[in-house]
Amino acid sequence: MKLKLHIWRQKNAATSGKMTSYEMDNVSPDMSFLEMLDVLNEKIIERGEEPVAFEHDCREGICGSCGMMINGMAHGPEKLTTTCQLHMRKFNDGDEITIEPWRAEAFPVIKDLVVDRSSFDRIIASGGYVNVNTGGVPDANAIPIGKKVADYAFNAAACIGCGACVAACPNASAMLFTSAKISHLGSLPQGQVERMDRVINMVSTMDNEGFGGCTNHLECEAACPKGISAEYIAQMNRDMMKATFTVR
Amino acid sequence: MQLNANIPDGPIAGKWDDHKAHVKLVNPANKRKFKVLVVGTGLAGASAAATLAELGYDVHVLTFHDSPRRAHSIAAQGGINAAKNYQNDGDSIYRLFYDTVKGGDFRAREANVYRLAQVSVNIIDQCVAQGVPFAREYGGLLDNRSFGGAQVSRTFYAAGQTGQQLLIGAYQALMRMVGAGKAKLWAREEMLDLVLVDGHAKGVISRNLVTGAITRHAADAVLLCTGGYGNVFFLSTNAKNSNVTATYRAYKKGAAFGNPCYTQIHPTCIPVSGDHQSKLTLMSESLRNDGRIWVPKTKGDTRKPSEIPENERDYYLERKYPSFGNLSPRDIASRAAKQVCDEGRGVGPGGLGVYLDFADAIKRLGANVVKQRYGNLFEMYERITGENPYEVPMRIYPAVHYTMGGLWVDYNLMSNIPGLHVLGEANFSDHGANRLGASALMQGLADGYFVIPYTLGHYFASFPKMNITTDHPEFVKAEEEVKGKLNRLLNIKGKRSVLSFHRELGKIMWDYCGMARTKEGLEKALELIPKLREEFWQNVTIPGSGEELNQNLEHAGRVADFLEFAELMCYDAHHRNESCGGHFREEYQTEDGEALRNDEEYSYVAAWEYTGVGNKPILHKENLEFNEVKLAVRSYK
Ligand SMILES: Cc1cc2nc3c(=O)[nH]c(=O)nc-3n(C[C@H](O)[C@H](O)[C@H](O)COP(=O)(O)OP(=O)(O)OC[C@H]3O[C@@H](n4cnc5c(N)ncnc54)[C@H](O)[C@@H]3O)c2cc1C
Ligand code: FES
Repeated sequence: MKLKLHIWRQKNAATSGKMTSYEMDNVSPDMSFLEMLDVLNEKIIERGEEPVAFEHDCREGICGSCGMMINGMAHGPEKLTTTCQLHMRKFNDGDEITIEPWRAEAFPVIKDLVVDRSSFDRIIASGGYVNVNTGGVPDANAIPIGKKVADYAFNAAACIGCGACVAACPNASAMLFTSAKISHLGSLPQGQVERMDRVINMVSTMDNEGFGGCTNHLECEAACPKGISAEYIAQMNRDMMKATFTVR
Repeated sequence: MQLNANIPDGPIAGKWDDHKAHVKLVNPANKRKFKVLVVGTGLAGASAAATLAELGYDVHVLTFHDSPRRAHSIAAQGGINAAKNYQNDGDSIYRLFYDTVKGGDFRAREANVYRLAQVSVNIIDQCVAQGVPFAREYGGLLDNRSFGGAQVSRTFYAAGQTGQQLLIGAYQALMRMVGAGKAKLWAREEMLDLVLVDGHAKGVISRNLVTGAITRHAADAVLLCTGGYGNVFFLSTNAKNSNVTATYRAYKKGAAFGNPCYTQIHPTCIPVSGDHQSKLTLMSESLRNDGRIWVPKTKGDTRKPSEIPENERDYYLERKYPSFGNLSPRDIASRAAKQVCDEGRGVGPGGLGVYLDFADAIKRLGANVVKQRYGNLFEMYERITGENPYEVPMRIYPAVHYTMGGLWVDYNLMSNIPGLHVLGEANFSDHGANRLGASALMQGLADGYFVIPYTLGHYFASFPKMNITTDHPEFVKAEEEVKGKLNRLLNIKGKRSVLSFHRELGKIMWDYCGMARTKEGLEKALELIPKLREEFWQNVTIPGSGEELNQNLEHAGRVADFLEFAELMCYDAHHRNESCGGHFREEYQTEDGEALRNDEEYSYVAAWEYTGVGNKPILHKENLEFNEVKLAVRSYK
């Protein structure tokens, strides 16, 4: 396949960036999107220029490192698929492809397609855990948990922290990410004790980090490579209401 | 070099409890005066850092990832073993211990393995308390599945995302400590050297991957939890950024490297599709619970799988190993796949593949149950290959997956350098010459949650505190060395990309130090590697500077280390004149092609001492004693 790529190039956080175009031929449909970028980078290096910086690690759709806007869509056109799992057979000979970094105030660009997502870590650090130390815990089978509840928790916990939800949202809101963690822990017996404190702390950190509010566009759910449901946002909002009115 | 395994006396079942009861302690008020550097935030590093911070130590954690949650552990699919015997199917601590020693082809240290089996039960309790959503049965209790090399169901899992869920649990425990100000996180920070003062590990030098800033970290102890080195083969199932740099640079500072040639080739990975291939994708071993592996009986049979009748198929694992069948251990299943492909019976492009077929399982259980068990793996397979495994059998082929070798450690997980502790895949300790499925997650978390919290205090209480600061001459020297090396790399300004060198090295290693090794082949590799290394140092090109995010510079540093480390692997493989576990020397096999061990001469850990780039390292031996498990020919027939 022949392709024309338009890629966002930005030297660092302090300078402004711009789109640059590159031609590619001999792209195999069996290549992954990132392998296509590997090939491009080899060509750029051969010319003595700086290759395109992008993040990746597992290339299996689970670490959440990769992520870019491909033709305006977070992780590209294939549903439930991270950029690293997207394959070139989803594109056609002669296509033009625009590639940009996640855009959000809370995710400043570091270089080219690499952004800083440490705000997510700070949200977790503010309450996304169960407060237990190592050791001295009950036997794992001491508390039976119904399969339905366990599956609900698991589906929320499947989040890979890639940030596609934020990138896809017109308000750059982190509600899907935050609510997934709140629902994962809040649905399990282990997470009940601090359920109300958790939601208050995590939501306030989320707001302070500069993420926008949710106005129900549901772009987040559509873009999520793990299919995390926007129902969790409703659950978080209910918990938030309850927490605000509960004497703590 | 002194290697003392420090195995406690007494009967094996009591060693760990007895040891815990007698190790020296640091009193709670003093703990905060001890600074611990934890390098790596995979299962081993995150669990250790969280637990040590809870105990009150002053913990600093480094990772080259942007977040601790991205560590390679996240990709583990199938599950984690524990001797809970929840299924009432005859499991016990002894049986897990036995299976692991046997699975490792009698090349692991018994005492460590026994302890691993003992603490395995605590791991599951801990993870559940953290909210890890393991798979459950309808009654609400935890579910289990079987993995290779075991005849009981002791593997706990969370769909095909067990590593993710366990890592997120450990990550959350760590972030809780970071939020509480009890642990300091250094993300996007790569350790580039270890600093020794008076023979003790007292710090590291790191580079910030965004700004290029070099930092000296002084501490009272260093924990390397930096994962395995499978990427020396370029193509592997490891995350792209996994590398050997941290452990290799510690080796260059005097740490012994144990059994570097023990690498695990996993039998079920998606075959290579072309020259652009950047990594290989694992299809979890759990698939072998229900999938059946076969190839056509006749050579060069190019019919579609659906057109090959039952009696013309060879279910070779079921045929050769009737009692374990498709769940034979990895080394055995991989070799068997290679054998049938070498015979010309492989399937798919290039004949490098075998079928993993779910047709029977779908008939027996229904597509829905199969989907529930393996849905996400089937989807992943389809995304990568464009084929639907509900309709056509998967094609799989062995790929490099895990490295049993690593820095040598004693029973306390301390290397021969006092103060330097090594956890998780980065150490050599528990898996001998072959790791059983679902045992790496177990080991990483055992080391981090339940072993190091006891044994680290013992080191602190056994030696006077040194209170080193970063202006110590050893830090100045180490920083200069690190900067010098980075500059040297940047100034080569040659013609070849880092990637091309990495690929070429990988090919050499796969061809000569891969699934089957020979004396001649290894000698050939020992000729080729130094040549390639020389070319690298003359002809590599790295655009950009060192004062910015420069992924090529990062990669170059790692490939430079692989180019030295590869030689060490080959020396080790060359010296071990036997076949055991993942180390298969063609000269040493039984008549029916099974690994032929030589217990008389090689029942030891090979711990290598660095003697300079390009020089043959010095071999030290830790003899392995088997008091509990009788040395026997491993049979899965
Ligand atoms: C695809 C796949 C599936 C697997 N499935 C299973 C399974 O089902 N069950 C099982 O038991 N095992 C499985 N394994 C094996 C298991 O996942 C790993 O062995 C284990 O997770 C390793 O954990 P770790 O903590 O030792 O290292 P890692 O998770 O590799 O973490 C290494 C850490 O060190 C950091 N690091 C490394 N070098 C440096 C440096 N120089 N400076 C700073 N930081 C550094 C990295 O940033 C990272 O945080 C699987 C492996 C793969 C590849
Ligand atoms: S690289 Fe890990 S999710 Fe894409």
